Amino acid sequence: MHLLNGMIGALVGSAVAAAFILTAPLYVDLFQIMQLTVFAAMAVLALSLGFIWGYGGILCFGQTSFFGLGAYAYAVSAINFGDSTPAILLAILVPVIFAALLGYFMIYGGISDVYLGVITLTVSLILFNLVNSTAGDFYKIGDARLGGFNGMPGVPTFNLPGNPGYILTPEQAWMVTGIALILVYLGLRLLIASSFGRIIIAIRENETRAALLGYDPRIYKLITFMIGGAIAGFAGALYVNWGAFVSPTIFALGLSAQIIIWVIIGGRGTLIGPVIGCLLLQWMVTEIGAQQALDANFILGAILIVFVLLVPKGIAPTLRDLVMLRLGQEKTAPPEVSVKVKT
Amino acid sequence: MDIAIIVGLDVISGIASLVLISAGLAVIFGMMKIINLAHGEFLMLGAYATVLSVSAGVNIWFAMLVIAPVFVGLVGVIVERCLIQFLYGRLVDTMLATWGLSLVIVGGTTMIFGNTIVGVSSPLGGFQVGAYQSSLYTPFLALMAILLMTAVWAVMRYTRAGLIARAVMQNPDMAATLGVNPARIYMATFGAGAAMSGLAGGLLAPVAGVVPTMGAAYIAKAFITVVGGGTSILWGLISASGLFGFINQIAAFLTTPVFGEVILFIAAVILIRMLPTGISGRFFKGRL
Repeated sequence: MHLLNGMIGALVGSAVAAAFILTAPLYVDLFQIMQLTVFAAMAVLALSLGFIWGYGGILCFGQTSFFGLGAYAYAVSAINFGDSTPAILLAILVPVIFAALLGYFMIYGGISDVYLGVITLTVSLILFNLVNSTAGDFYKIGDARLGGFNGMPGVPTFNLPGNPGYILTPEQAWMVTGIALILVYLGLRLLIASSFGRIIIAIRENETRAALLGYDPRIYKLITFMIGGAIAGFAGALYVNWGAFVSPTIFALGLSAQIIIWVIIGGRGTLIGPVIGCLLLQWMVTEIGAQQALDANFILGAILIVFVLLVPKGIAPTLRDLVMLRLGQEKTAPPEVSVKVKT
Repeated sequence: MDIAIIVGLDVISGIASLVLISAGLAVIFGMMKIINLAHGEFLMLGAYATVLSVSAGVNIWFAMLVIAPVFVGLVGVIVERCLIQFLYGRLVDTMLATWGLSLVIVGGTTMIFGNTIVGVSSPLGGFQVGAYQSSLYTPFLALMAILLMTAVWAVMRYTRAGLIARAVMQNPDMAATLGVNPARIYMATFGAGAAMSGLAGGLLAPVAGVVPTMGAAYIAKAFITVVGGGTSILWGLISASGLFGFINQIAAFLTTPVFGEVILFIAAVILIRMLPTGISGRFFKGRL
């Protein structure tokens, strides 16, 4: 019953959001539409980590690796094919394959959360260095020059499927990005409500018990990790579509930290939390960028520390608990995420 | 022949710098089982302390070997008292808090000193190997790495503090039952680890561009080394530095430094698949 209520809430919320997305170009100016487009693309990225960390219990500090691989895969194939449809598919496929390989070594190795976090972070650092070093004519894939630290400018943006001549306008790109965000959100809600979702939550809560009940935690975690990689790669394609540009900073440490912060302040173990956290933080970073006195990193770090110390559950679960308390109901919220660490 | 000597020197210097940049991280990991994500920023603070002291007229050796570790060690103790102590028992939250700290330090340093490169010149000259030129600073770094490891070993083996530290590493609950105050141990550990990072930062100052974001260039290697080595401070660190420093330098010599790092990482991931608790978790279990 609770699940059904939750799903109805999600559908109503999504319908309202979809109505806003489709009508926004009528009353929001183009600059802000562009701004909202990149926020929505980043929110998809936030969902990918919110899913694998909050539900799968996989502490991935380097979600930018998949985001960046998706972005580069999209850019390289869009330049070569001149059509965005196969490029989007590759932007999902390449990170999934990478996640499968990396996840196999980490998850089947049975390493602890601390190790997993550090290794995924290291992957993003190394990808940053690697892509940064690809300047020059030697590094090209087909017609696409990787461009090293200068990045790849002039990447073709989304076109109508099957009609490469018809390039989407910025307003249409906004609608595609916004609707993609809603579809990813609803898709993940369905996945979590399915038996697969219940099994990964069981594994998050108690891996040994789930294993004794006959579910191999490793394959479920690996699939969760790959789904996270797919969504992050898709977000990368949406991001490149927004700016028609990709550079190695997409792998940079600052972005990895931001994704974690979105999920922390929004709330682990919810899907709407990371989206809210992402939108809030993106807006805030844009505002900080407009002034000179305070460094954005400084504020982001302080926010992360404050939330870890004082609001470890994040905004969404804390608000939900407060509302439940006010209503005098007993908590129907699912148990909070307990990330256990084997030492 | 000359090229072999030069590559040999490269390998030694690669191993020595891995030992130096990872030592502080390894101490904190060995004792507290967390990875300090502000490690790169501790290195950076050590480098800044050195550069600023030298430009204030302090002797460079004193700046590198005394001021940098003492200053960063104090920072470590303050951080532990103001931040880490509230998160005992929450390993993942502790790591997240140190990540926040890392951003705060980078942001704060950028606000104070600006995003410009500062530096000091290398205090030692060079020497000639056949047609090749090499810096005397390389053998000096190797010497410092050996001295640091010897000092860690001697403290751990022969002092009361080292005895307590070993006890806490093996079984923190039992040590607490026997009257050791874990909070004080963790404070001292964090301070000592930070001081080692500060020393490494000071030693790197003459050979690196000192900028607020310089830590990011070193942490990937330091993380790999500590994760590959496992929780044993001394043997884990030495074996992982030896293995990874060798692989990294040979691969860098055959390809480029960046691909050397990629190959290093692939080697480390394969190692982790076979030895999920690191080299020392398998071969040096329960040792220093």
